[in-house]
Amino acid sequence: MSNTLEETAVFEKPEKKEPMGPLFWICVGWIALNLLGAVFANVLPLTNPLFENYNVINAGPSIHHFFGTDDLGRDIFSRVIYGSRVSISVGIGAMLIGFGIGAPLGMLTAYRRGRLDTIVTTVMYVFLAFPAIIATIAILSFWTPRALFKIIVVIGLASVPLVYRVMRTATMNVATKDYVIAAKVQGATDRRILFKELLPNVAPIAVSFLLIGIASVITLEGALAFLGLSVNPPTPSWGNMINESRTVMAQNPWLVIFPSLALCMFLLCLNFIGDRLRQHFDVTEVKL
Amino acid sequence: MLLGIVFVISVGSFYLIHLLPGDPATVILGTGATPAAKAVLYQQLGLNKPIYLQYFTWIGNVLHGHLGTSFISQTPVAQTIRLAFPIDLEMIVISQIIAFGFAIPAAMKSARKPNGLMDRFLSAGSFTLLSVPPFIIIVLLVLLVAIKLNIPHTGPSSYVGLGQDWITNLESLALPSFTLAIASFVVYYRVLRSDLIATLQEEFITMARSKGISQRRIMWRHAFRPSSVALLGSAGVNIGGLLAGGFVVQYLLAIPGLGYTLISAINMSDYLLVQGIVLIVSVSVVLINFIFDFIIYLVDPRISRE
Repeated sequence: MSNTLEETAVFEKPEKKEPMGPLFWICVGWIALNLLGAVFANVLPLTNPLFENYNVINAGPSIHHFFGTDDLGRDIFSRVIYGSRVSISVGIGAMLIGFGIGAPLGMLTAYRRGRLDTIVTTVMYVFLAFPAIIATIAILSFWTPRALFKIIVVIGLASVPLVYRVMRTATMNVATKDYVIAAKVQGATDRRILFKELLPNVAPIAVSFLLIGIASVITLEGALAFLGLSVNPPTPSWGNMINESRTVMAQNPWLVIFPSLALCMFLLCLNFIGDRLRQHFDVTEVKL
Repeated sequence: MLLGIVFVISVGSFYLIHLLPGDPATVILGTGATPAAKAVLYQQLGLNKPIYLQYFTWIGNVLHGHLGTSFISQTPVAQTIRLAFPIDLEMIVISQIIAFGFAIPAAMKSARKPNGLMDRFLSAGSFTLLSVPPFIIIVLLVLLVAIKLNIPHTGPSSYVGLGQDWITNLESLALPSFTLAIASFVVYYRVLRSDLIATLQEEFITMARSKGISQRRIMWRHAFRPSSVALLGSAGVNIGGLLAGGFVVQYLLAIPGLGYTLISAINMSDYLLVQGIVLIVSVSVVLINFIFDFIIYLVDPRISRE
């Protein structure tokens, strides 16, 4: 893993592509495992995450309860797996909305330029200046009752200006390259240039930004859970599990440690894959 | 541009109330309000006038420093904000001193020998910290420092004002400031490190080396300044983010800064207070970004503004 943690590969020759390295694939595997767990949580032989077994309250890790139980006797292992559903769906859902709107807009305006570009870019930069997190909190707090889809929509929309800026900058770098001009000279249609020339070259940046974006959204969901603005208990999410366990953490620290670990490992893997991909495609750091 | 953004922010904060479903008076006063109370409120906020006139009345008041009086606590919103704001300021200043104090030497150590043992250790460490959200750091710190080590004044709701006793004040702000510092450190370290590595490849550094200038002097006098542009840029964004994002930390420890006040205002549906804080924080964030843009221009005049 000698070069795996480099920021920019200034002193490396861009020609020599190194293999991704085992750590990269471990991370991919971990993410895949988490996704499978989230999707098939009800098929897996897990205890019901809402079932309160008063015979085993605040138990440590054991054979029956891998991660122990909480103050209501609920199985933490099962709650961690079910909790990943909320975090992961918010992360992926919000980023799909952000990219669904921001990416086509960014690519189109960067390619076409002109007045539309000026207007859209100005509007987006004004929104960027507005602290999105405050707006997110304000809107979510007054938009009752809380629901998963509302969180996804609000965070997704809030991320649009950021995605737009990244995609626009990335597309502009590509759009001025000789091969794009050559395609234009040959009379290629705009649609062809956008999909065949620009998209493949922008995609690596988009993917690495998407992964890092999912990680930030999951962090944000956790923060919202702390403020009581995410899904309502007893539905578990990594964020609200950590939040709920704060009051009893002196007696039962496992309650804090396991969901925190699950969250951090997931974020670490996402960040690592995103970072590694960015290096692999030799993308100079896009300012997030 | 600055004025434009501030204008949009003011419209946004103002309009927040109209975005909410239902009657604004009901939102502000709660569902149990009497029609008489609602009528008074309508009169007070001028809710029966057209929306653009309402905005002008409101912004006129705001420019005179009147953010309204909370219907919940009956105290002026401006006064509440004035009490809370210095706490955020103190936390941010402390955290930034810690973050810069560690990030700059660490980045220089790393950049001197990229891929060396020290660099790998620091890079891996910062990358791991990048993936630990602040709310987990603060919870673990409280578990460790306040509960296990039982150090006084570090646990939740133990905030002591600066006016009372500055040592206990620092103690009570130590954990939250440290948490914010970790998040900032990671950003600053990564940005400065990659820029320093790029700068050290430049010819003027080779030139300085060939003149026999000491490594220390090259790092601090020659390489640091041209490498600090991105650092300052990210500091501007980051400090703005801390102002807006420090509330989880404040909320958990019940430190009565802006973030904590905002969350409790939201929980009590203290609408005017929410509106006031959203406005003040947003404008501050924008101002901080502009100030840092200006500092960048001072540090590196080659970069023209805009």
